[in-house]
Amino acid sequence: MKHTISVLVENKFGVLARVASLFSAKGYNIESLSVGETMDPDVSRMTIVVPGDEAILEQIVKQLRRLIDIIKVSDLTQNNYVDREMVLIKVKADPSMRSEILNIVDIFRGKIVDVSPRNYTIEITGDRGKIDAIITMLTPFGIKDIARTGKVAMLRGLQEQNK
Amino acid sequence: MFRMFQGMKMTGARILLECLQREGVEMAFGYPGAVTLPLHDEIEDLGIRFVLTRHEQGAIHAATGYARATGKVGVCIVTSGPGGTNLVTGIADAFMDSVPVVAFTGQVPRLMIGNDAFQEADIVGITRSITKHNYLVQDVEDFSTTVRSAFHIAKTGRPGPVLVDMPKDTLMAETEFMYPEKVTLRGYNPNYYGNAMQIRRAAEAIGRAKRPVVYSGGGVISSNASEELRSLVHQTSMPITSTLMGLGAFPGDDPLFLGMLGMHGTQSANLAVTGCDLLIAIGARFDDRVTGALDSFAPNAEILHIDIDPSSISKNIRVDTPIVGDIKLVLTELNAIVKGGDYADWHQQIAEWKREKALHYEKSDHTIKPQHVVETIAELTRGEAVITTEVGQHQMWAAQYGIYKHPRSFISSGGLGVMGFGFPAAIGAQAGCPEKLVIDIAGDGSFQMVVQELATAVCAALPVKVVILNNGVLGMIRQWQDLFYGQRFRHSVLRHQTGTYYPDFVKLAEAYGAVGIRIKSPGKLKSQLQDAFDTPGPVLIDVIVSEEENVYPMVPAGAGISEMLVE
Repeated sequence: MKHTISVLVENKFGVLARVASLFSAKGYNIESLSVGETMDPDVSRMTIVVPGDEAILEQIVKQLRRLIDIIKVSDLTQNNYVDREMVLIKVKADPSMRSEILNIVDIFRGKIVDVSPRNYTIEITGDRGKIDAIITMLTPFGIKDIARTGKVAMLRGLQEQNK
Repeated sequence: MFRMFQGMKMTGARILLECLQREGVEMAFGYPGAVTLPLHDEIEDLGIRFVLTRHEQGAIHAATGYARATGKVGVCIVTSGPGGTNLVTGIADAFMDSVPVVAFTGQVPRLMIGNDAFQEADIVGITRSITKHNYLVQDVEDFSTTVRSAFHIAKTGRPGPVLVDMPKDTLMAETEFMYPEKVTLRGYNPNYYGNAMQIRRAAEAIGRAKRPVVYSGGGVISSNASEELRSLVHQTSMPITSTLMGLGAFPGDDPLFLGMLGMHGTQSANLAVTGCDLLIAIGARFDDRVTGALDSFAPNAEILHIDIDPSSISKNIRVDTPIVGDIKLVLTELNAIVKGGDYADWHQQIAEWKREKALHYEKSDHTIKPQHVVETIAELTRGEAVITTEVGQHQMWAAQYGIYKHPRSFISSGGLGVMGFGFPAAIGAQAGCPEKLVIDIAGDGSFQMVVQELATAVCAALPVKVVILNNGVLGMIRQWQDLFYGQRFRHSVLRHQTGTYYPDFVKLAEAYGAVGIRIKSPGKLKSQLQDAFDTPGPVLIDVIVSEEENVYPMVPAGAGISEMLVE
């Protein structure tokens, strides 16, 4: 079972290292992690995806809460939330293949963000399933490089994490 | 009186010292280096005693011993690089045993950080996972809030060590001194008051139980909740056992006390925990040395757990009724409503265990038994001394055969198990409690890890007594080799290859200007110990004890705690 944990932290040096070393010291693997500022420039949000059963997750959440620079920890998996990931894909695009690739990009509501004589670089946003799907679709054309952001997530509706 | 300095221009070093004074710091332990010289230049002018140890490890253990004996925050000041790295063991010990200590380390100037400068080490990175929190002072402006927060974090909630790393240029730079009235840390708000409904459920469980046992730990001492624990137990007549860290919170000579539980616990304590229908864990953390195999630990019991640290709850053992809060406050609430149930059959069973399965060892007229030394110390001091220990067999005998009546009277490295902890901890305890008799019960192995601190005890006039249970071997290692490694005693013999006890501890003590005494005969043990305790100044007592003695009961690694070896 994968869990998506949203963590509000003090925007200070060393906080990422504290979180990362907590995971590594306990032998927990991080599947993805993304960090960015919130509305309050002193507070950052980390979205962490971790595999693990309930008992492991309960420990992770408790250990995170023990860190002084961590303001709030929520396991979003128990709630209704939206999550998105962005990926940049550089794919081989010979002139004969271009229209087919454009077609696929269109279906996935992606964008071509860079063009060169032999390549397209494509930007796609979506949940994990959608991103995995377009990667599968583009693989036959020859994917040269991929950069994924890792997941960002937010509670749906009126729920607010920092309340 | 302090207000007049507000707004005055001062160096970072002076600001730090002013802050220490406002935190009520009376003394600091440490070792100087080039980076921290500005502090040494001024610290005693502010009325803060500085105890110079002979190694930084001694300084951090002394600060820990001071904190554990007095309940105040221990302070340690050392230099950059090796000064900081030499603290690592002591910081890890304070972290495992939840001791409020603030360690100040010098750092190279900010512009040189990361350049492999002389005596540079990333001590904030190194200690990240063994401190409750740590800081690198990045600007002289940050000194006062950093120091204030460091003390606040160290002593509140579940206490722990905090490290403050201070680049030399921030110590030398000047700014206006502004002492913050309040600390605001939005990510740090310990929960002090237990949930009232949970407390009611706990009281009901205690009333309903037939075979309850209280399992109390070091958290009771940290929370200064010894009185409240005694009230709970006496009000309900529940039997009580204790962890190593909790000894002294409840009087060791009380009829309701079962002794310590766990790997070297008493049979009555381990059988009671295994047979109980309600286990009330108070400020304890279900450490593996306590629980043994998890699936046979208190298998039929409902489990209550009172602790200030939510991450201790259900970590190793699933808890039925957790109460997160300060033990003193929670027990005060609980005591107001709790009533004991009918435990008559249970008390009868326990009395039988206590009678038939008491601790015992074979007495001897010609060799001194180590257990006998501990019993004699207990008899002579009547539970009024502060006892520290190193780690190993002597530590377990001190826990089993000593009688501790007061909180903060038994100080031992429980979680990390640091050999060489007890002597510097005794020095710190003595510095904090000058009126008390402070005794380090040591082994010949452990003591040699910190032997240089004899100089600290002598020069700082701290009259600690060190009783070495000298068996010429690493006793606990020898015991495991005896029981589990076919009696192949490899690398555990400390005597000289000629067979003589080595080194000569009496001469060693004399070389440092302390008094050295050797005790060899069981008949003279009591009188010689008494003489040693009556001798002013630091005294090292080398007691030659039998080598073959093992610590029993013993729960082999991986077994349940009711499966004890008893001989």
